[in-house]
Amino acid sequence: MAVSMDHTEHAGHPDMSNVRKVAMWAFLGSECLFFGTLISTFLLYHNTTGDGPTAKEIFSVPFTSVSSFVLLMSSLTMVLAHHAAGRKDWRRMRVWLLATAGLGLVFLSGQAYEFTSFVHEGLTVTTSPFGSAFFVLTGFHGGHVAIGVIMLLATTLMSFTGRLRDGEGMNVELVGLYWHFVDIVWIVIFTVVYLLQV
Amino acid sequence: MGESRVIFGSRRRRRVVIVLLLIAAALLLAACSGGDPTNLARVVDRAKPQSTLDPKGPNAAKIDDLYLMVIIVAAAVFVLVQGALLVAIFKFRQRKGQERPVRQMHGNMRLELVWTIIPVVILAIIAVPTLSTLFDHGDDRDPSENALQIEVTGHQWWWEFSYPEYGFTTAGELHIPVDRPVYLTMTSADVIHSFWVPPLNGKRDVVPGRISNLLLQADDPGVYTGQCAEFCGLAHADMRIRLFAETPADFESWALAQAQPAVIPTTGPAAAGWETFSTICIACHAVEGTNAQIRIAPDLTHLASRTSFAGATIDNTPENLKAWLHDPSALKPMRPDLNKPSQGRIMGMPNFHLTDQQIDDLIALLETFQ
Amino acid sequence: MTTPTHHNPHKGVWSWLTTTDHKRIGLLYGVSALVFFLIGGSEALLIRLQLAAPDGTILSADAYNQMFTMHATTMVFLVIMPAAAAFTNYFLPILIGARDVAFPRLNALSYWIYIFGGLFLTISFFVGGAPDGGWFGYAPLSTQVTEIVRMDYWALGVQILGLASLLSAINFITTIFTMRAPGMTMMRMPVFAWMALVVAFLLLFSLPMIAVGLFEVFLDRNLGTLFFNAAAGGTPLLWQHLFWLFGHPEVYILILPAMGIVSEVLPVFSRKPLFGRSFVIFSGIAIGFMGFGVWAHHMFVAGLGPVAEATFALTTMFIAVPTGVKIFNWIGTIWGGSLRMKTPMLFSLGFIAMFVIGGLSGVTHSIVPADTQQTDTYYIVAHIHYVLFGGAVFGLFSGIYYWWPKVTGKLLSEGLGKLHFWVMFVGFNLAFAPMHILGLEGMPRRTYRYPKGLGFEFWNFISTVGAMTIAVSILVFLINAWRTRTHGEIAGNDPWDGRTLEWTISSPPPEHNFDVVPVVHSEDDFWHRKYTEDADGNAVAIPGGGAPLVAGPDDPPIHLPSPSFYPLLAAFGMFLVVLGLVYVPVGLILAGIGVVTVVWGFFGWSMEPLTREAH
Repeated sequence: MAVSMDHTEHAGHPDMSNVRKVAMWAFLGSECLFFGTLISTFLLYHNTTGDGPTAKEIFSVPFTSVSSFVLLMSSLTMVLAHHAAGRKDWRRMRVWLLATAGLGLVFLSGQAYEFTSFVHEGLTVTTSPFGSAFFVLTGFHGGHVAIGVIMLLATTLMSFTGRLRDGEGMNVELVGLYWHFVDIVWIVIFTVVYLLQV
Repeated sequence: MGESRVIFGSRRRRRVVIVLLLIAAALLLAACSGGDPTNLARVVDRAKPQSTLDPKGPNAAKIDDLYLMVIIVAAAVFVLVQGALLVAIFKFRQRKGQERPVRQMHGNMRLELVWTIIPVVILAIIAVPTLSTLFDHGDDRDPSENALQIEVTGHQWWWEFSYPEYGFTTAGELHIPVDRPVYLTMTSADVIHSFWVPPLNGKRDVVPGRISNLLLQADDPGVYTGQCAEFCGLAHADMRIRLFAETPADFESWALAQAQPAVIPTTGPAAAGWETFSTICIACHAVEGTNAQIRIAPDLTHLASRTSFAGATIDNTPENLKAWLHDPSALKPMRPDLNKPSQGRIMGMPNFHLTDQQIDDLIALLETFQ
Repeated sequence: MTTPTHHNPHKGVWSWLTTTDHKRIGLLYGVSALVFFLIGGSEALLIRLQLAAPDGTILSADAYNQMFTMHATTMVFLVIMPAAAAFTNYFLPILIGARDVAFPRLNALSYWIYIFGGLFLTISFFVGGAPDGGWFGYAPLSTQVTEIVRMDYWALGVQILGLASLLSAINFITTIFTMRAPGMTMMRMPVFAWMALVVAFLLLFSLPMIAVGLFEVFLDRNLGTLFFNAAAGGTPLLWQHLFWLFGHPEVYILILPAMGIVSEVLPVFSRKPLFGRSFVIFSGIAIGFMGFGVWAHHMFVAGLGPVAEATFALTTMFIAVPTGVKIFNWIGTIWGGSLRMKTPMLFSLGFIAMFVIGGLSGVTHSIVPADTQQTDTYYIVAHIHYVLFGGAVFGLFSGIYYWWPKVTGKLLSEGLGKLHFWVMFVGFNLAFAPMHILGLEGMPRRTYRYPKGLGFEFWNFISTVGAMTIAVSILVFLINAWRTRTHGEIAGNDPWDGRTLEWTISSPPPEHNFDVVPVVHSEDDFWHRKYTEDADGNAVAIPGGGAPLVAGPDDPPIHLPSPSFYPLLAAFGMFLVVLGLVYVPVGLILAGIGVVTVVWGFFGWSMEPLTREAH
């Protein structure tokens, strides 16, 4: 059976928004394993407190609940930003992006305050395996939030230059995916590390 | 394709010859080995003293039986599969000028089922004795009341053996009675090691902060050699074990002698040796019956009764001891410069720059540690 | 800020440093992998020289420990993975009918991180010694001595090499899912592409686990954390789990590309389709999944307890099933074919023969009680090399001889190729078959010397002779590769009468791969353009079926990714970061400069336009 190779107009031009989304999902898949491993290490050591403070002694669930709520709210503002971008309302989008970044920074400040107080109360990375696991897990999460904040600010800035007019909605979507993921990871951490320990 | 025939011209040939000569030279160089720290042929009279295929006790025998069964199955599979491959190659090779039409077979469902199910069945069959031996070997975890208890501690780079029922500690060499289970309770003082005396049983890792156990039992009296089997740093290869299986009577007299404290001579070179010992060696080495009670290095109470030292790698002779005391790192690679006793890190015996007189006196002393 | 290009963007060192063309990147990977292969092979030769006789004095214990650590680290991370990346980079897009990968600059970044990672590890030799804790870096040995930075080089080096692979994995997954030519359904993709996909997922999910472990090692070494500190209550076994959770999928990462190559070569040189194609594909997927369930078989003497040991014994046994399915289907492929015994075919057949041996010895390892004798001995070293050398390396050489004409436009010499194969085959078996015996006779691995009186002399000597013979065979290959520049026969588009899309385009291919993106109607689409089947199912040639597609006036313009030096810059920045981290706290300055460089690289990258029109 003879075959003639006909060709289509769309050949060779994949939909770039789809392409970037696939990549982001793949990346987030690997991040699941990354945080899963850090959480597993924590679970292994959650009681190995040596001479140092235990979770019960040092965690303040009320305080961390507030910062968790802040992070959760930032996911809401993120959704609003994405929605605004979809309607091409760039001004609103920027407002919500900045709000998200702001809430992220509030969360990070909360983390910084919390960590400092822990150190004063005798829990550092070197106190016990519990301390090591706790700080490395939450530290990496905080690092991811920080990178997210940078991405949010960068997207906001880029929208001013008007460079990414067409892809703008797409970029916000990608940042949103990342941001929501980081938020979900925090929910898991909050549950496993804080709620289940005390 | 014709030009490839030119490759074996004389320039080509010369290059090949040079390469072969270089290889031969390298091999010759390699074959000229260094000294002869321990020729274990002097110690054990079997050709392959560490062989797993020549079990000398019930635990190793069980493993060997299981392995033999599996290897027969594997060999059968090997013959069948390689056979099919070779038959296919020879039968369907395209010979010169004989192009034949080829049926474009895409697959055969039945064949797929057959060659999926048959391996599953074979593996299931193998799994049964495997699991039963595995759980059987669970005997490793439960000592019988009859078992001799030995505590093993792995150090970089020597093995420490304690006999709690007799109250003594020794290093590098252990003695066990034949026909009686010996239950090892093991841990490490530093990094992960692995205790392995192949003729008697498989190996078991010793991990700092954890207890692991192993059962040994020898059928007959003899010397059985083993060594550390988990890479543990510089002298991993020089962390050996000499195991002496003896009749119960011989074992008992050995153990009772080991439990005796040392008696330090008060006169002569040995006494002078003790002066040096209690100034320098006492920092790391213990001698029962004296104030030398630190055990970060091997217990020397009965050193003279041992056939080897330095992680059971060097024959215990005055000459070798002399060389060792003169410069330990020359005989065995170590890093005493990295010793940090407060952190539990001991990586070898330093060179104390002892004088010949001190060395001679020390040897005189060590010779009294029967 | 666009990357400056000179008059001719295709020539000169700068064009190579800034390339984003998947084919050039593939070539860069290939040449680099070959260089590291020679380095890793030399390390192996030194090891074999040391062990040729008892009480060897060629290498000190310290040098030996560095040699075996770096031999493995080099071969795994700097040779086999990049060699597979070379083929995947070059051919995956072509095999699926695409013009490039999804993210060409990310692709370049992966390559440059790899090169800087290799450079980083190599530097260690010259600044106090290379890593010496084994490629597996068991804690607490790897965290024990912090005054000496060798294992910091190791932890950080493996970390960034892992990052390079992770980025590649994301790139290839995206490419396969979004850039296949019209009509190229997933099941019509060549098997090599499928294996690349499985490998990418294996990387995606296994690398994060070792990344965490490596961070924990680095922090234990440099920040005083207590992850593996037994005295503080940490457990060294945690490291083993983390390492092998990556390490076992890693070995399937190492073998599946070679299996993919074999699955391409056998049909072409048998003039028959791959037998049970979908079963071969599904077996690859099964191996990928099951590969995550067997890791603790590396820990059978670590004291996991009989229940865990039994579980992993079973999972390990049963991963042999999909592996066997592949082997049987390969034999089914050649059965009834018309076998042309050219060099690519020889290496693929050799792969099957050697991998069967390695696979069978692997099954014997799953027998836990037997493994308590086998593990940590030369029996395992034998297994490893039968699957990784007899398997992966043979498969990669099959790919080299198969695809060399496509990449260079010239054929490698058949005579030298056959000589290479046979000398390598003999040398390989001489080197590694005796190791089964040595292991069973009680020779542990990772030992810099063995004494007289254990009976290890004879087989060690033979093994060394084998290693030397392998070296000679590689020399033959290098001579072949060199000669072909001037004496190689012109290949043309389709020297092997191939089945897949790469043989439809010129050798070497144009920068844009396809003048016209093909529309695919079946698996082995090109073959079905050239041949149809008669009533008996025999292949019958179609006149003119192999003619290349020509672009018409209605075809869309071709967009190509522009060159960019930002990937190079960002990778260099990462190099500075890890180099600085080795020497914390002083090195933090350098690390800081590195971070700035990375940020600069990413910023410039995001500002740069992606494509230019092809001329």
